[in-house]
Amino acid sequence: MKLDAKIPSGPLAEKWDKHKFESKLVNPANRRKYRVIVVGSGLAGASAAATLGEQGYDVSCFCFQDSPRRAHSIAAQGGINAAKNYRNDGDSVYRLFYDTIKGGDFRSREANVYRLAQVSVNIIDQCVAQGVPFAREYGGLLDNRSFGGAQVSRTFYARGQTGQQLLLGAYSALERQIGLKQVKMFPRTEMLDVVLVNGVARGIVVRNLVTGEISTHLAEAVVLATGGYGNVFYLSTNAKGCNVTATHRAWRRGAGFGNPCFTQIHPTCIPVSGDHQSKLTLMSESLRNDGRVWAPKKSGDKRAPHEIPDDERDYFLERKYPSFGNLSPRDISSRAAKEVCDAGNGVGPGGKGVYLDFRDSIKRLGMQTIAARYGNLFQMYEKITAENPYEVPMRIYPAVHYTMGGLWVDYNLMSTIPGLYVLGEANFSDHGANRLGASALMQGLADGYFVLPATISDYFAKTGFEKVDLDKPEVKATVSEVQDRLNKFLNIKGKRSADSFHREVGLLTWENCGMARNRKGLEAMLAKIPQIREEFWSNLSVPGSGAELNQELEKAGRVADFIEHAELMALDALAREESCGGHFREEHQTPDGEAQRDDDKFLHAAVWEYTGTGKTPVRHTEPLIYENIKLATRSYK
Amino acid sequence: MDLTLHVWRQKNGKDSGRLATYKAKNVSPDSSFLEMLDIVNQELIEKGEDAIAFDHDCREGICGSCSMVINGKAHGGQKGTTACQLHMRSFKDGDEIVIEPWRAKAFPVVKDLVVDRGAFDRIIQSGGFVSVSTGGVPDANATPVAKTSADFAMDAAECIGCGACVASCKNASAMLFVGAKVSHFANLPQGQPERMRRVLNMVEQMDAEGFGNCTNQFECEAACPKQISVRVIAQMNRDYLKASLTHEEAVPKT
Repeated sequence: MKLDAKIPSGPLAEKWDKHKFESKLVNPANRRKYRVIVVGSGLAGASAAATLGEQGYDVSCFCFQDSPRRAHSIAAQGGINAAKNYRNDGDSVYRLFYDTIKGGDFRSREANVYRLAQVSVNIIDQCVAQGVPFAREYGGLLDNRSFGGAQVSRTFYARGQTGQQLLLGAYSALERQIGLKQVKMFPRTEMLDVVLVNGVARGIVVRNLVTGEISTHLAEAVVLATGGYGNVFYLSTNAKGCNVTATHRAWRRGAGFGNPCFTQIHPTCIPVSGDHQSKLTLMSESLRNDGRVWAPKKSGDKRAPHEIPDDERDYFLERKYPSFGNLSPRDISSRAAKEVCDAGNGVGPGGKGVYLDFRDSIKRLGMQTIAARYGNLFQMYEKITAENPYEVPMRIYPAVHYTMGGLWVDYNLMSTIPGLYVLGEANFSDHGANRLGASALMQGLADGYFVLPATISDYFAKTGFEKVDLDKPEVKATVSEVQDRLNKFLNIKGKRSADSFHREVGLLTWENCGMARNRKGLEAMLAKIPQIREEFWSNLSVPGSGAELNQELEKAGRVADFIEHAELMALDALAREESCGGHFREEHQTPDGEAQRDDDKFLHAAVWEYTGTGKTPVRHTEPLIYENIKLATRSYK
Repeated sequence: MDLTLHVWRQKNGKDSGRLATYKAKNVSPDSSFLEMLDIVNQELIEKGEDAIAFDHDCREGICGSCSMVINGKAHGGQKGTTACQLHMRSFKDGDEIVIEPWRAKAFPVVKDLVVDRGAFDRIIQSGGFVSVSTGGVPDANATPVAKTSADFAMDAAECIGCGACVASCKNASAMLFVGAKVSHFANLPQGQPERMRRVLNMVEQMDAEGFGNCTNQFECEAACPKQISVRVIAQMNRDYLKASLTHEEAVPKT
């Protein structure tokens, strides 16, 4: 597998402009001859499909939900970063670039991250022009808030629903193109495989989720904007439908998978309350501006929180990280909470929780101020837990939230398969080993509105496309493989539901490849997965047929891929003998328990190549070259 | 707690459908309404029977997928709450619960509790956007927007497109949904250039989809999980009236 990142030469700040100028273009009148398939309609997919449609390409967009407006980007709460420096507090493109690289623990590519910071300013302009109702001040200008891992206020927001409003902006642009017949939309349609002809991506095989019909769509380029794989863990803050199938299927067809072990655990989520639980709910990071995180000093302390006097409380983030305190980055705060709970000092059912306490800020600022800042979050918390956070401290525990790993892409966002592009959370590119808050929305929209539309023309202009139709043997073979696999699920006729296998592999991954990993656990996990796989393929129950809406059949395909992907995550975590960002190997820590990077051996992206069923995939590396930033130890003490 | 459910089962759009009865046993009061349905489905699957199909995704009240009428009320009737955020502690042991899909001509049933809300997307296609393409837009702070206008636009923009307004209306009217989008843009400077043709086109599409008219009983506002105010309907009506009398695309040239 050849990994050429295609980073343009020249000074960092000039690379993107130079690259755009040197890229070949397609004449507006010729663009309709090029068909582009976009899979996924979240921030990255919808913005890409809309923009390519505006430019005149022949675009088809696919999503498994009933409408493109429902993609999980909609659930992002806090905000979107942009280096606008509207606050005059010292922000700049370079500072956003630096913060993102450092936040990612020096495991991302300089050139990509710099470009992200550059186009961040265009995103805000674009969204405002679309009518996104960002928060404003009385003077009529845009408001900003602070977020973790930064010392400037650069986060734009729309109440607690920033993701929703940005997605509705991209969705409205997409719907406009659909109305103009520039984009064909296929809702309730799931991609089940990518079609390669002579090693080049030329289409996808999909299942119509209502009728069960399998069909093939051909194109000159395929764009995957299908999100992350956090649902491998079963319990996560992802939507129930989020899955790894599109990227996993592409991996099996030869696309390299970058850093699968880099997953983000968000520190402030509502803890698990019982076996019935189907998903976890995030409480915005912004709460840590006024809430103090603590646990009882005495292990097994069963007293109600208000009965525990201050000197018997351990405000562990303030104690361990005095300069960032409760606003320490996500990976660090999550690990600290886990340590406390592992030591037996956790609170709530099963001891899997710590307090997030607003008592002091209510005393200082008054109930009204706190209600104005966090009212809707407090209400949501009370709805789920039946506890009033104005009176009783919230209980929180870390939960899987985002995946930094994804399909490897070059500077043009193309994977190792020619013609297959990967955008947003689905690619591995910009966040290194840990993502900062309010950066996911930024990356999704940067990729879709600005990066892909500027790079894809070069590929079209330089490539001579072979004529492909549905009778091509490669196309027919892919369709029959998809069909066979679906039949296999339906014919097992065993006893266990897809969900029960999902829970099993999810818990295994959480325990061994979650917040902390070690060799023994990872090896045990790798030994256990083949047993789960075997039972899955012999004892799965999928009632109904393939020729109808069958949600169990949909789940079966996704869970089968989660099982395979969990194995890849464990392999990657085992091979990366260092700790960095969200990847914490217990064998590699400083004497005071902090992550210990090994830049001599692991200053690279790990890229996995599929080599066949039952065979161990091969690990390749893309060295990370830092020409502008000096490597440093990340410290928030 | 143990419950008895009467659930609408309908194989597909052609089937006539019927209520079927199921027992839900050992339901934790901390579980959500959809998690209760998950438990019922697990039992059905283990027996090899067809699971109850229902739309759901984020399960945190923002994606707008979930769509069921619970005991006669869209999303179960709890103020500002989607079905996925409804928790079983608001029911009692031994309760009987009737669960039906959204009922409206414009939302045909796909299967069981799943309906087709494509009509909403087509209404947005007819005008629910600002016609700007990517690139070439002015700086975000070039046009100040009064905070009160921005806040009102945001109130309207919170709509999650779930369709509870339609399901709760005896006329199956979509005027809260359409009014929300019209008001969102009508209160921002970016929405002004197309304000008149937007309302004309969206109302026309709304009628073409087969949604009914508003007769001012405001069931929609009561059922809306985002508590969108019927003020948006008033705004849409005003804009529509003005547009139909004055807008050059509506008034034939003499």
